[in-house]
Order: sequence, then C-alpha cells, then structure tokens
Amino acid sequence: MSIIEAKNIYKVYNETKVPVNALNGVDLKIEEGEFTAIVGPSGSGKTTLLNILGGLDLPSKGDIFIEGTNLKDLSSRQLINFRLHNIGFVFQSYNLIPVLTAKENTEFILELQKVPKKERMQKALELLEAVGIADKVDHKPGQLSGGQQQRVAVARALASQPRFIIADEPTANLDSRSTNELLEIMAEMNRKYHSTFIFATHDQRVMDKAHRIVTIDDGKIIGDETFKGR
Amino acid sequence: MLFAIAWRNLWRNKLRSAIIFTSIAVGIIGSVVSDGFMSGMTDQRVNAAIANEVSDIQIHNPAFLLNGEMQYQIPDAGQSLKKIESIPDIKGVSLRMKTSAMAASANSGAGITILGVNPAAERKVSNLHALIIEGKYLSVKEKNPTVIGQKLAHKLNLELGDRLIVTLTDSSGTITSGAFRIVGIFKTANDRFDVANVFVNKKDLSNLIGYPANTGDEIAIRLKTNNQTPEAMKALHHIFQNEIQNKEIVVRSWDQIQPLLKSMISMMDYFSYIFLFIILAALAFAIINTMLMAVMERTREIGMLMALGMNKRKIFSMIMLETIFLSIVGAVLGLLISIFVINHYATYGFDLSSVAKGLNYIGYSSRIFFRVNTNFYVMSMVLVVLIAVLSSISPALKALKLQPAKAIREDI
Repeated sequence: MSIIEAKNIYKVYNETKVPVNALNGVDLKIEEGEFTAIVGPSGSGKTTLLNILGGLDLPSKGDIFIEGTNLKDLSSRQLINFRLHNIGFVFQSYNLIPVLTAKENTEFILELQKVPKKERMQKALELLEAVGIADKVDHKPGQLSGGQQQRVAVARALASQPRFIIADEPTANLDSRSTNELLEIMAEMNRKYHSTFIFATHDQRVMDKAHRIVTIDDGKIIGDETFKGR
Repeated sequence: MLFAIAWRNLWRNKLRSAIIFTSIAVGIIGSVVSDGFMSGMTDQRVNAAIANEVSDIQIHNPAFLLNGEMQYQIPDAGQSLKKIESIPDIKGVSLRMKTSAMAASANSGAGITILGVNPAAERKVSNLHALIIEGKYLSVKEKNPTVIGQKLAHKLNLELGDRLIVTLTDSSGTITSGAFRIVGIFKTANDRFDVANVFVNKKDLSNLIGYPANTGDEIAIRLKTNNQTPEAMKALHHIFQNEIQNKEIVVRSWDQIQPLLKSMISMMDYFSYIFLFIILAALAFAIINTMLMAVMERTREIGMLMALGMNKRKIFSMIMLETIFLSIVGAVLGLLISIFVINHYATYGFDLSSVAKGLNYIGYSSRIFFRVNTNFYVMSMVLVVLIAVLSSISPALKALKLQPAKAIREDI
C-alpha cells in the first residue's frame, strides 16, 4: 500500500467570491522511501498540493489517504495529532522556535509526543550530530546561519519519526554550498532511515537529487518521471 | 518546555514587555500607596480620636446623653469604677464631670464643654497630657488650674497664666461663674476639639458647682489595644447587665460614640477598591493590546506550531502562561516597590504640612503614616494576575482560529 494516495483532488479558494481553482483533479501516489520533487512554475499549485498531502489543508473535493486513513474523516484535533505522529515538515523560512536552542527545537516535537526526557535528549543530540551541527546544539536560531537553521529543521522533522517529510522550497533561502550540504544530508537520511521526502521546489539542484519528479501546472499533474539509480 | 517558551517569549520584545511590567507595577503602586495613604489617614484620625477625644469606651446615664445635664449622674460611680478595673486589658478608667459652659476672657467668649478630671486617672485614659505645647498638664497641687486648646486660646486671646472665666449651672440650677488659671495649652490634630474642650481638676469643678467630687456623669475607659474593644464591650455588658437593662447606664464603644469615624473607615476602604478597579480596568486594555500584538506578530510561528502538531489546548496554555508570567513579573515588581514606599512612609510619615491648616480643621494630622493590610497586597496581586488571564483569553482565542497552512506563509 502507498504511504500517500491522493484521489481526484480539487482545491478551490474563495469559493463564494472570486473562485480560484488551485488544484484541478490531482491523482498521486507516494511510496515509502521515495525522494520526490514536485515542480512547476509559481502559482501552479505546488504548495497547495503539499499542504493537502501534509494535512495542513483539506481538499474541496476528492480524498487524501495516508496509509489508508482518509484525512477528511478526521476531526481538527485528530488531524493535529495525526500530523504530530506521521508527518514531518521543513519550511522555506526554517520556522524554528526562536526562543529555543537547536537542541530544544529538535526535542520540542518529541515532548509533544510525550517521549521521556532522557530519550528525547539523546535522540535530539544524535540527529543534530547526523545533520552536522553537533557543536551548535545550544545555539538559538538567531545565532545560526540559514543553512544551519535548515539543518536543525531537518533534524526536528526527522525526530518525530514521521511516515514522510514535507519540505516546501527548503533551499529557497540558502546559498549553493548550504543547499548542497542540506540536500546531501536529506539524501543520506533517506538512504539511512529510509525516510520519505516530498519537496516542492524550483531549485534544479533539488531536482537533480530527486528520484522522482512530479510536474504540476494549472493545478494538474502534467508529468511524472522516475529516475532509477539516483 | 511550554513554560520555557512562554517565559522566554516575554523577553523577545524587551521594550514592550518593559512597558507592560511598568504599567502593571505603576498600577499596583498607585493602588497600594493610595490605600496606604487613606488607611494611614483613617488610622491617624481614629487613633487620635480614641487617644485624645473619646477613649475606647464611655459609660453614661442615658438621660445625660439626651439633655447633657449633670444631674443625670452615673449611679454608684465608685463601685462601677472598681468593677471596670477588674476587667483584664483595661489600661485606665477615668470618672469625669462633664458639662456645657460659657468661657470668657476680657474681650471674647465661647461655648465650651468643661471636663472635670482626676489628672492621675486621666493620664491613663487620654493622651492629652502629651500634647501640651505650652506650660504643663493639670496637677492636684495647684488651685483651679486649667488646660485649654491652642485654638480656644487664640479665639479668646488668652495666654499661659491668664485667667479663664467659665459660667455654668450649679447643682441647684443657679448660674455660677468661676475663674481658672491657664497652666497648659494643648494642641491636637483636631481644631474643633481644641476650640471646644477645657480640662480642669474634678475637685475644683466640684467645689464650683456643688456636686460631690466622687460623682461624675461620664466614665471613660481606655484599653491596652484598640482591637480589644469588642471583648471589653462584652465584659462590660456582662458586668452591668442589670444597670443596662434598667436603663441606668449606657455603654458605648468609640465607633458608637462617633459613628462618623466608623463610616469613614468603610468609605476609605470603598475608595481604595474603586481606585483598584479603575486601575485594573486600564491594565486589562493594556494587556489585551499587548497580547493581541504578540499573537499577530507571531502568526507564522503559531501556524508552524500547529502544523508540527501542537494542539489548541497547548497553544492556548502557552499564551495564557505568557500573560501570567508578564503579570506576575509586573505585580512582583510593583509589590516590592509598594512595600518599600509603604514602609518608608509608615516609619517617617508623609509630610502634608503645606495643607496642615485645612487638615487640622477637619481633625487630621499633617503627617500621615501609611498602613496597608497584608490582605490588600495579596488581593492586588491576585486581581492583577486574574485580570491579566481574563484579558488574554480573547488574544488566545484569536490564535486558535489561525489556519496553519495560511499562517505559515504570513509575512511578518
């Protein structure tokens, strides 16, 4: 069974005033361990699709199944809890909690999952070491570069051991060195932990690393290519 | 970690937090200090009234209270004094002869109350002997001495050593006059008391008006501390059960003698609460504004927390905790400064000598010693935190309405 199955997804914004059709009948399946990039021009519906796949938004029509659970059947509280235990997020502008250190940011999600303190501390340190900032665990986001902050965000996304990670333009604010390092880390995590990554991106460097590229335009999937051997 | 986030969030916008801390602190200082000032004024007035004017408890013949004639004496006064002295917590008892009279000097006259007292007993009941500003207090060794208030001395244009002529009704109903030598001039904080009361030796007054020196129409009782009044009243009602039932005597505490003082205490308390509530209302708006700004500024962050899986209860708690911390820091700061200010003015007094004349006219001293009940400190603190919590409900609810997908992309 696919991890994610989107069936005939439509998303209309502003339904009552001037309707904007962001998605027009999207069907998509994501398998475990995939390293998928969703690409397309601005306004093509990438972010909308990503939000729906990540349970941050619900489709106007159609169904989205995550390992057999239809997200439309979940209450708002159940959906929050579902995200907590099943989906990791990496955002374009890092979105770390500015008052917490790198270690605390990584631990935070584990605390929400009620993981015991000792265990979560150990796990946070382990992940921060894996993303290469073991020496900056006590730094707050304001004391870290963009690339370092995004690495903490990746560590945080992985900490909750999600079924998949949604990354919306994760490299958009990074220089090429940081981008390459981050992509290498995510690819390594994908190989090591078999973590499933879904990116929305414009960045050719991300596309070059992706195992699968789904192209979207005008709210429809217009291309879906798989690259074996990457 | 929720506590850590809420606490550290306070320090993200230091200037804004500092403004709120200061507002809360100033609010608390304002309400506590105004309460301290008003309580201090009330205390001073009540204590002065008890110490210098009415004492804690007085006993009279009920008929005397109706028409003020000396023939309505306290029956068997000597025996009554002995009974009263047996009550514990009694500091002093004084049997007085009290009547209305006309006082005259060479060029003026005034209606007064003349009190014939036993100086030794009176010293234990009234603090007047300590308020002599010229000369000395009464003594039985001299013949016909009197002490009068400074205000009366000015009014009658009299000085120390001058003679005061009083005209009053004697025991046979005849108008009689007597001369008393001014040996002391007193000054209390109450001009109206000073202008209307003259003290003489009871035996001299007795000689003048013909009532025996061991009789009297007023017993003044002073307790060791003011707050023992209810117990002492109970004991007196027990001792004089029959006399009270037979309407031979009436026992009244200071607040029954001067009900205005009692209502003044309630009024001052009432003012303190009104002041506190006005301050709290202003604080509520400041806190709502601050927390709304905090929520709006952090839309993206709150959206991210929701996206990650932080439930609404925790988001709500985080904003509440932030407000509670904000209000506690401000309240503690305000309380510490208030305690310092109150202690300072409780020790050294607050000088209002520039308006002393007006204050003395209405019975107040020009130096106010602040006092605040511990209850008021606690209540101010609790109410500030409570108001802060209530004020942050609306911003917290606003945060809960955010849609994570939209909030994350919000530009800040």
